[in-house]
Amino acid sequence: MTIAPDVLERHGLKPDEYQRIVDALKREPTLTELGIFSVMWSEHCSYKSSRVHLRTLPTTGPRVLQGPGENAGAVDIGDGLAAVFKIESHNHPSFIEPYQGAATGVGGIIRDIFTMGARPIALLNSLRFGSLDDPLVRRTFAGVVAGIAGYGNSIGIPTVGGEVGFDESYTGNPLVNVFCLGIANAADIIKGVASGAGNAVYYVGAKTGRDGIHGATMASAEFDDKSAEKRPAVQVGDPFMEKLLLEACLEVMKTDALIGIQDMGAAGLTCSTSEMGSRGGAGVEIDVSLVPQRESGMTPYEIMLSESQERMLMVVKRGREAEVEQIFEKWDLHAVRVGEVTTDGKLRVKNRGEVVAEIPNGALTDEAPVYRRPMVEPAYLKEVQQLSFGSLGKPAAPAEVFRRLLGSPTIASKRWVYRQYDHMVRTNTLVMPGMGAGVVRVKGTNRALAMSVDCNGRFVYLDPFVGAQLAVAEAARNVACAGGVPIGATNCLNFGNPERPEIMWQFAKAVEGMGAACRTLGIPITGGNVSLYNETDGRGVLPTPVLGVVGLIEEADTVVRRAFQAAGDVVIMLGDTRDELGGSEYLKVMHGLIRGVPPALDLGREAALHRVLIEGAATGIIRSAQDCSEGGFAVTLTECCIGTGLGADVELPGVASATPGLGDIATLFSESASRVIVSVAAGREADLLGLAAREGVSARRIGLVGGSGIRVAIDGRRVLDEPLNEAEQTWATAIERYFEPARAIA
Amino acid sequence: MKFAVVVFPGSNCDHDAHYAATHVLGQQAEYVWHKDTSLGNADAVILPGGFAHGDYLRTGAIARFSPVMTAVRKFADAGGPVLGICNGFQVLLEAGMLPGAMLRNRSVKFQCEHVLIKTEQTDTPFTLACRPGQVLRIPIAHGEGNYYAEPDVVARLDKNRQVVFRYTNADGVETEDANPNGSVSNIAGLCNERRNVVGLMPHPERACELALGSSDGRVLFDSVVRAVTQGAFAAAR
Repeated sequence: MTIAPDVLERHGLKPDEYQRIVDALKREPTLTELGIFSVMWSEHCSYKSSRVHLRTLPTTGPRVLQGPGENAGAVDIGDGLAAVFKIESHNHPSFIEPYQGAATGVGGIIRDIFTMGARPIALLNSLRFGSLDDPLVRRTFAGVVAGIAGYGNSIGIPTVGGEVGFDESYTGNPLVNVFCLGIANAADIIKGVASGAGNAVYYVGAKTGRDGIHGATMASAEFDDKSAEKRPAVQVGDPFMEKLLLEACLEVMKTDALIGIQDMGAAGLTCSTSEMGSRGGAGVEIDVSLVPQRESGMTPYEIMLSESQERMLMVVKRGREAEVEQIFEKWDLHAVRVGEVTTDGKLRVKNRGEVVAEIPNGALTDEAPVYRRPMVEPAYLKEVQQLSFGSLGKPAAPAEVFRRLLGSPTIASKRWVYRQYDHMVRTNTLVMPGMGAGVVRVKGTNRALAMSVDCNGRFVYLDPFVGAQLAVAEAARNVACAGGVPIGATNCLNFGNPERPEIMWQFAKAVEGMGAACRTLGIPITGGNVSLYNETDGRGVLPTPVLGVVGLIEEADTVVRRAFQAAGDVVIMLGDTRDELGGSEYLKVMHGLIRGVPPALDLGREAALHRVLIEGAATGIIRSAQDCSEGGFAVTLTECCIGTGLGADVELPGVASATPGLGDIATLFSESASRVIVSVAAGREADLLGLAAREGVSARRIGLVGGSGIRVAIDGRRVLDEPLNEAEQTWATAIERYFEPARAIA
Repeated sequence: MKFAVVVFPGSNCDHDAHYAATHVLGQQAEYVWHKDTSLGNADAVILPGGFAHGDYLRTGAIARFSPVMTAVRKFADAGGPVLGICNGFQVLLEAGMLPGAMLRNRSVKFQCEHVLIKTEQTDTPFTLACRPGQVLRIPIAHGEGNYYAEPDVVARLDKNRQVVFRYTNADGVETEDANPNGSVSNIAGLCNERRNVVGLMPHPERACELALGSSDGRVLFDSVVRAVTQGAFAAAR
């Protein structure tokens, strides 16, 4: 059969890619085979645009048990245990159908974790939306949060932290990145491999329907118009089914009857069969007529490409089948034998015994196309890096800026969000959401894990290299503030259309920056996800390479929290504030601008700061710690006070500003990197200053915890004196007032 | 003593209840699968939180038909102490072992946060170690915890002293602000007429250790240990 050009186009395949398919098969593909190639060679599965860049990232280290290439990465956390974690995006589906898009994103990442043999114990998410003034954005935002809650709460995995940011660039393209972490016995980590000829291949979980079949592959000779209508673009999640699948799989994994297992996520059966075979150096043969189906009349093409949720593919050791089937039976799930492992290295798909596709696994996986796409420095960069305050008029009074920033949704309390997430189930949550890094204890040990996901897209937009480094620094710093030693990371790279050379340049520079920062800070990246084509009407989102960092705390009872602990404690500023308002929340909120250059970052100094924080926590010197990010010093100081009823009275040395009259603004609201506000008991001040001096980190006593106000002086002049309860009210209600106006007024 | 922690498909606080009973209290506990028909030699039964059968119908509506519920009912009828937490409370309501029903929260959203509840009855197996009127800080985590019963039922509950916990402020005063979900009469927890079956929406098993933010919930477990040890509320087998 010959494939018409329009069919190729609808499959998203270029003519030269088609030729490669013909060369690999040494014949023309069948339509089913074409569908299989199209999804495996899609950007999503093959990473064809990003792979050459991703290869430069540091992925190894003494603690790394599993790097990229498996369902998730894994690092050694001692006591024979491994932390298994990964972050993934579900951006496009979440815009089309916010609730289900976000919910199935949560379901997908959870499956990636438990397929490794790990019990998932924590979720985080990194979300971006347009402005809440836009009713469509409010609907998307509310739907995404409800979807994350609906799935995570039901399955019983706590959402312990994350970040939410708002910028107009995300209006038509929200970002929904979900991170999951689980705990496994290091020796029992299970991989997505198929091996051992004759071993049975099992299908478990939900039935296969026509949902989620790749939009690009919709029309063909085999479909009529009606079948296209039946096919929703977004899958529907069933957290109850996944809960059963989770428990059943973990129970089966305890038996050592499995060779390998893989989630059917993107590209469903196609991806799981070919990847498992490829990793195991084996072939996989299945008969699609045996696959449990939710709808009648499904073609092999549809069954192979369906992205129905809550399904897994397992390879079971010969002779252990009954044992495995019995466990799934207990959970009222059906484990169906759909095929077996072969020796020929091919993916062979049959339909009632007749071969409908036969493709070497290698052609679908390792030998998929890899592109070094053209790159060019974006023209906008030179222009937006120019920042002249002269034209912006006289700056507003510090008190006014302070109130506006506290009420900015990006800075304000996210309680409206995390109150909808069960963040306490599994009784491990030591640090609640909204308080910096999420921290969970590891039962059966004295240890705890701190986790943070971060990225400031404005900084990346203004300088992709430095911006990505700043994302790494901030995530690691958040983890270090809690007392965690950063031991591993996972990334979720959200960018626009890679076929535009400017976007590809942003991507390449950001990956370069991320790699350089991770190398210097000694944090291996053990896996992640790339999400490209985040654009609406030809305008990309702010480039947003999110980094999730995992930190190890040796003694769970030494964990450090954000909030000040007692009146009379000494407030100490670690790091230096400079005249760095480029890309700041100040510029965005007060002037509607994203301009200038991001704050400078000295990675050596950043690493030294982390050592001070980690040792200060482990030795009990530091009583609270919070890193300075969006909103700068004044906002961070307030965050340390909120929830405690304890104010603070501090004095800072002024920052010299290049712009006359802007010194106070720069001192209070600059977003200089590598800064943390900590507090120590009155008697421990010298200990901390000594520790900082040994590490070469600048540290300065700036005042005391206490009183009922946020009081800040610069060089002896009082510049801010705000009642804490009012500041707290502004900060606490900024987001919910968009949804519950009556209550905010009352 | 020994706890039985019932596991329905979709239970997700079963591990937490088990952990509180064993690691925090140092007692024994065993999981009992919902298809089992025996509770073994348990001294007390916990129906844990979660989303039994996905709660796609009404919460707890399908779980009440699980085979294990026959054994739970028999255990309760014999006087044995039964505690339903969150989804477990919802199952007890659906099973008719406690009166009333749950509506969606007034906010129409899932809510997870610490709340304050006042202990109104100290003559149940799960509150006998409480001080009368003791205010406990315990988290809730539910979307359907808005307790409702007809006025005559509420009056009967009051008359029979069956309201065990109410949402209050720190001073033990029932206020509208202290009511997180719109429950009638600020009701957070109930007991049956015999007083051996208790259900509540807040999660005491999540508040058994200070490291988690509160240890106020431990008193419910200490109470039942004491009740069983003293021979009060023992199931007549």
